[in-house]
Amino acid sequence: MKVLVAVKRVVDYNVKVRVKADNSGVDLANVKMSMNPFCEIAVEEAVRLKEKGVVTEIVVVSIGPTTAQEQLRTALALGADRAVLVESAEELTSLAVAKLLKAVVDKEQPQLVILGKQAIDSDNNQTGQMLAALTGYGQGTFASKVEVSGDSVAVTREIDGGAQTVSLKLPAIVTTDLRLNEPRYASLPNIMKAKKKPLEVLTPDALGVSTASTNKTVKVEAPAARSAGIKVKSVAELVEKLKNEAKVL
Amino acid sequence: MTILVLAEHDNKVLAPATLNTVAAAAKIGGDIHVLVAGQNVGAVAEAVAKIAGVSKVLVADNAAYAHQLPENVAPLITELGAGYSHILAAATSNGKNILPRVAAQLDVDQISEIISVESADTFKRPIYAGNAIATVQSTAAIKVITVRATGFDPVAAEGGSAAVEAVAAAHDAGISSFVGEELAKSDRPELTAAKIVVSGGRGMQNGDNFKHLYALADKLGAAVGASRAAVDAGFVPNDMQVGQTGKIVAPQLYIAVGISGAIQHLAGMKDSKVIVAINKDEEAPIFQVADYGLVADLFEAVPALQQAL
Repeated sequence: MKVLVAVKRVVDYNVKVRVKADNSGVDLANVKMSMNPFCEIAVEEAVRLKEKGVVTEIVVVSIGPTTAQEQLRTALALGADRAVLVESAEELTSLAVAKLLKAVVDKEQPQLVILGKQAIDSDNNQTGQMLAALTGYGQGTFASKVEVSGDSVAVTREIDGGAQTVSLKLPAIVTTDLRLNEPRYASLPNIMKAKKKPLEVLTPDALGVSTASTNKTVKVEAPAARSAGIKVKSVAELVEKLKNEAKVL
Repeated sequence: MTILVLAEHDNKVLAPATLNTVAAAAKIGGDIHVLVAGQNVGAVAEAVAKIAGVSKVLVADNAAYAHQLPENVAPLITELGAGYSHILAAATSNGKNILPRVAAQLDVDQISEIISVESADTFKRPIYAGNAIATVQSTAAIKVITVRATGFDPVAAEGGSAAVEAVAAAHDAGISSFVGEELAKSDRPELTAAKIVVSGGRGMQNGDNFKHLYALADKLGAAVGASRAAVDAGFVPNDMQVGQTGKIVAPQLYIAVGISGAIQHLAGMKDSKVIVAINKDEEAPIFQVADYGLVADLFEAVPALQQAL
């Protein structure tokens, strides 16, 4: 079966971002960009399913600027067969991305779509669920285990009190949680080979999708800084401060 | 304006996060209706009817909703939600699972994990692991929002007397089914609702050493959390993880033991009222957010702290 994996180009998770002085957003000029960590896990899961013989073809898709081709090449180096970039210079909302992915799903007809549970820039945690709604497929969100058998997939999900397993009819949407797997690194020969794999570029217009949004970001501010604390010398001093100064004990 | 709030529950007990979500709804202003979708949820509906500020409780009692499968619950909310100005749910694993499906069905953008209400259409939410706060305005006819519980003080659980109304609509999409669940058992307070949280990190060295934290937590009536490093190392189960990808907590007192303080961890706890850090590395980033820092070996400091209380 065919699997579609969505990946997003985001600021690297180790970078401490700074808010722009005019409060229009965060400063991403000259900042290291990478594949969203949850998307790496999604690619890894697809590759493992292919290695098990469950999946025959892996298509990776990204929606974003021209530079997102770098992240698609990374996914190809990790084992994806071909890539699709829906090029859009503007920042899109989760719903717009879900609509574009729906158009790609209609075109590619995958049996399984794997996404990360959230992108570490917008922290929305929406796209997979929205894609599931638009396609009418079942959703296995926050997956820590995925097992395909016949025409269904069993997904173990991380929930607040522990874990829950659901069974979904294929085709289905899965979003990955951190503990689903440990993503591999791309080897140099695979990086070289990835350069020759096919990468198709589309536009929202060509897909006939409107990316209009009902949300507008008015401003972006730095969070209130915590006032500097003190270092105590002993456990006794700590207890005394907590009781008499902070009054939390 | 009428606001629909999705109740968070396990079919038996109403989860406290619902009270925080109702508090956010009260800040928006307008009539507040609460939807209880599940199976045999009579007790939950009764509890919801008593919440201060709730004017109506809608009860959808059906086997299809027993496990809150989004394929079945989302169409229900979409159908009911058409007459409302706002649809709110707590940003719990259920709320995060269900609400974006509702938003897409209504063809509106969702606003995730709001921490404050500026006006009926404008909200604040953290982005980039809490390193920036975005103010977002929605022009959608129906605003679909998840609420970060720690951003709002809960409303009173008693004092209301809302009318309870049964909802007939039964949606069973038939594309998903519940197989089973495995819930972690704990006698300690729930992590997201605890007044005091004691968390351990990689510095705990192994799972057995968490007994020091459990002993301290029991003395304080605290919940025990962990950093991702401690979870990934297999010291403790993952539902104890505090951080961007785990639980978000904002207790009165957060005690971080053997935790370096990576930005992903800070995203989950930096709104705590008082933060205490115990770490032997005086350069650890956790000391930059800690109100009280103790540079010491945790294996000496934690038992000593327990003794001193």
